[in-house]
Amino acid sequence: MATAQVVRSEWTKIRSVASTVWTLSTAVVVTIALGMLISALSKNEFDNLSQREKLSFDPTFISFAGTGLGQLAMIVFGVLVVSNEYSTGMIRASLAAVPKRGVFLFSKLAVATALVFVVGMATSFATFFLGQLMLGDLKASIGDDGVLRAVFGGGLYMTLIALFSMGVATMLRSPMLSLGILMPFFFLISNILGNVSATEKVGRFLPDQAGSKIMQVVTPVDDDTPYGPWGGLGIMALWVIAAVVGGYVLLKRRDAQ
Amino acid sequence: MIELEGLTKRYGEKVAVDHLTFTVRPGIVTGFLGPNGAGKSTTMRMILGLDHPTAGDVRIDGTHYERLQDPLTYIGALLEAKGVHPGRSAYNHLLWLAQSNGIPERRVREVLDEVGLTAVARKKAKGFSLGMGQRLGIAAALLGDPRILMFDEPVNGLDPEGIHWIRTLMKSLAQQGRTVFVSSHLMSEMALTADHLVVIGQGRLLADTSMAQFIERNSRSYVRVRSPQREALLDALHQAGVTAVDGPDGTLEVDGTPAGTIGELAAANGVVLHELSPQQASLEEAFMQLTAESVEYHAHAGTPLPPQQQQRQQQQWGESWRKG
Ligand SMILES: Nc1ncnc2c1ncn2[C@@H]1O[C@H](COP(=O)(O)OP(=O)(O)O)[C@@H](O)[C@H]1O
Ligand SMILES: [Mg+2]
Repeated sequence: MATAQVVRSEWTKIRSVASTVWTLSTAVVVTIALGMLISALSKNEFDNLSQREKLSFDPTFISFAGTGLGQLAMIVFGVLVVSNEYSTGMIRASLAAVPKRGVFLFSKLAVATALVFVVGMATSFATFFLGQLMLGDLKASIGDDGVLRAVFGGGLYMTLIALFSMGVATMLRSPMLSLGILMPFFFLISNILGNVSATEKVGRFLPDQAGSKIMQVVTPVDDDTPYGPWGGLGIMALWVIAAVVGGYVLLKRRDAQ
Repeated sequence: MIELEGLTKRYGEKVAVDHLTFTVRPGIVTGFLGPNGAGKSTTMRMILGLDHPTAGDVRIDGTHYERLQDPLTYIGALLEAKGVHPGRSAYNHLLWLAQSNGIPERRVREVLDEVGLTAVARKKAKGFSLGMGQRLGIAAALLGDPRILMFDEPVNGLDPEGIHWIRTLMKSLAQQGRTVFVSSHLMSEMALTADHLVVIGQGRLLADTSMAQFIERNSRSYVRVRSPQREALLDALHQAGVTAVDGPDGTLEVDGTPAGTIGELAAANGVVLHELSPQQASLEEAFMQLTAESVEYHAHAGTPLPPQQQQRQQQQWGESWRKG
């Protein structure tokens, strides 16, 4: 009962600020538009590819090429949902209204995650179908083996990225600090770690690299990743749990500020 | 009712609140007075369970804040930091608060009306003036129709009309039998609104007394006398049954005897006077002295105060300041 009240209240909070709309719509537009663009380019380049590359050609995964950039807007959404409480001093009003800190945090995360799940799923299906449209006769079909799992997984991936950001922001509190760490990490550092051979083996256990395995349908030739699509998503989920639990423990212990 | 028991808060080395024990009772306005940095806001945050006490305990109607079901219906608070998202409208700010505590949406409109914000209810909070922000904070405090209200420096930065409105509101809330606990760093403000006074300095309790008693003790009028023949004057006064105490800079202070009588006594005994002036100690002075003594007390922790100061302190504060 009381938790239902708090969930309702958190929904009112989330729908009554402009940042919700602009972060989520940026995520949708960037993911889809970039996915379409890269799908169209890939189609044109296909004939120039080597035989090996042709074997690894994954039309589903290509249509998700916008996720790397689009997820940054999801991260901004996740960070702002939580750190707005701190940057505006609202956290004191919130915890005075809901002194059970677990109820407060998990209601907030549940509402924001549910919203991202809906938006993420819609984005994922849209980016898949529009991407396939661009790929013409190279396209994959939703009925093909593993494709539905990849598309559904794309929605889960975006949801988990946002939830991970919420956990990190709960720990760090400051929006600038949270964004300053998460954005470069997911945009640059994770990619560098994943592409340099010395760190590659560590890099693939990072949340985004492990999680994005779910969107892959065609396993690249000589791929030695030690986990499958769901295993990767599971690794990502562990990161998310760690971030959220860390946030909860700190929220519980700290003074509200 | 709010009960504090040995409530203590330390931020690193800094002791912000130091073993506070007092009770805030219903039906009256209790003023919480102390200079800036005395620990008022910290105490209030601990009452709301926002800051965890280092030691001690605080209860709302016998219960810990965290255990209250729908706490906004027990206690409403206006805190120092406003805590409103600038991009959210006043209406939506109150709405999420109401929903979190199962308060009907109708109350949102009622309190907006009560504080006079109905016309700007749908405007974003970032366009609000200081006074409007303060009114929104008070609307939030009133939202759950709570029996206990707590205001942290509510008149800060308000115009005279706003100040008058808040004073009237606090008095009427107390008249309805509610517990009203309001902080200020201005004695003059407290004198106008509070029925009871809790004074703190450096986190410590300095006084816990009714306003009437505080005024009676501290707005004393006395006569200041200065004479080059101090001993002769003391003898003359003594013979006439008048007691004088040491004042600052070698002056004497006489309570309860008109200046004229003292002048005549001096003349009759051939004592030269350099000053004979009736004095009125204002409440503000009394407050400043009280808190200055708390600083002094801390500075001399362990070492006794000079006797003259000690004597004055006891005369002015009796037991009241020691209660803590
Ligand atoms: N979160 C905090 N961290 C560190 N020191 C603090 C914190 N909050 C308050 N203080 C310190 O505690 C003392 C009491 O502050 P405060 O309760 O705000 O006093 P008041 O409200 O009476 O002006 C001050 O010295 C202040 O600097
Ligand atoms: Mg203060």
